[in-house]
Amino acid sequence: MTIQQKAFAILVSILIFVIIISLVKKRRLREEYSWIWLLTGGLMIVLVLWYDLLLFLTHLIGAVLPTTTLFIFAILFLICLALNFAIKISLLTDQVKNLSQKISMMEVDSAKEAVESQPEGKGSKPG
Amino acid sequence: MKKTCIIIPAYNEAGHIASVLSGIRACTDSDILVIDDGSTDSTAAKAQGAGAIVIRHPFNMGYGVALQTGYKYAVKKHYELLVQMDGDGQHRAEDIKELCKPVWAGHCDIAIGSRFLSSAHYRLGILKSLGRRLFCTLIRIFTGERMSDPTSGYQCMNRDVFTYFAADSFPWDYPDANVIIMLDRAGFRIKEVPVTMRRNVEGRAMHRGLFTIGYYLCTVLLSILVTVIGKNGVADRSEGGSR
Repeated sequence: MTIQQKAFAILVSILIFVIIISLVKKRRLREEYSWIWLLTGGLMIVLVLWYDLLLFLTHLIGAVLPTTTLFIFAILFLICLALNFAIKISLLTDQVKNLSQKISMMEVDSAKEAVESQPEGKGSKPG
Repeated sequence: MKKTCIIIPAYNEAGHIASVLSGIRACTDSDILVIDDGSTDSTAAKAQGAGAIVIRHPFNMGYGVALQTGYKYAVKKHYELLVQMDGDGQHRAEDIKELCKPVWAGHCDIAIGSRFLSSAHYRLGILKSLGRRLFCTLIRIFTGERMSDPTSGYQCMNRDVFTYFAADSFPWDYPDANVIIMLDRAGFRIKEVPVTMRRNVEGRAMHRGLFTIGYYLCTVLLSILVTVIGKNGVADRSEGGSR
């Protein structure tokens, strides 16, 4: 790995760290979702600095070039991330549905109660 | 007389809902619940004006969700019998009594109105006809039951069934032939009753176009697959709550 490649990878990793920390600080990203990005940045630094580990992984998965290993892991990471978000969206859809149903039913009940309590108020005169 | 609720999911049905409700009123004095699924027209106002209880969804969530809102309401209000029908006037209110009879008598837990058992001739399009045949075959394979109209939305069910449907396991995205297999596997008794259905004169069918029908078929097939793979695909009858 050339020195330029190493410098570029480390710069990108540090940039990811800074952006994530600032997003969490501004409350625009929940801590729950931030750790996976921080982990990605950390992993990138480790692989860049510890080149032998990248070579070992390349040999382990039967890839020819270390860059192929990086791309394979990047794609795997994105697939896992997309799946994770699909699960979250399914859960949120269910929650929105249940909440909407509950609110809709509560509105009917409160409207009914309002209609039932109306004649009493109209009939009674002060004094 | 059992406490009965008639539920009608409706989305932009302002043109039909009043006549559908007056038709039902002429046949039965049961409570009528219209679930307005985020209509942008005056469906809710017209249904309320015609004397129905109206539940309004804050936005459009689909036919299955609207149905499930009706089931949940029926569970909450302790109804004993539930009839579901469409708001576009396709289902005839005159058939309600015949549909309810077997459930009332305890011969089955759910009665499904079949347009293909009646003497009136009803023709579907090629794609829908193929889909119907496919679902009938799958139901026959997985349940042993001979069904003629597995996609019919005209149904009458007892409290056990709608309590079961009110639970999270209900496939609200596309409740169709998969539901019949689910019910059979959960031990509910299903029966078909001949009914006459009117043709949808405006052609406003729920599933239109090659892509929509194809997507719908694939989703229902996937749901059937999940239902038939092991026991995990079928929720326990008691999952819906107290019976």
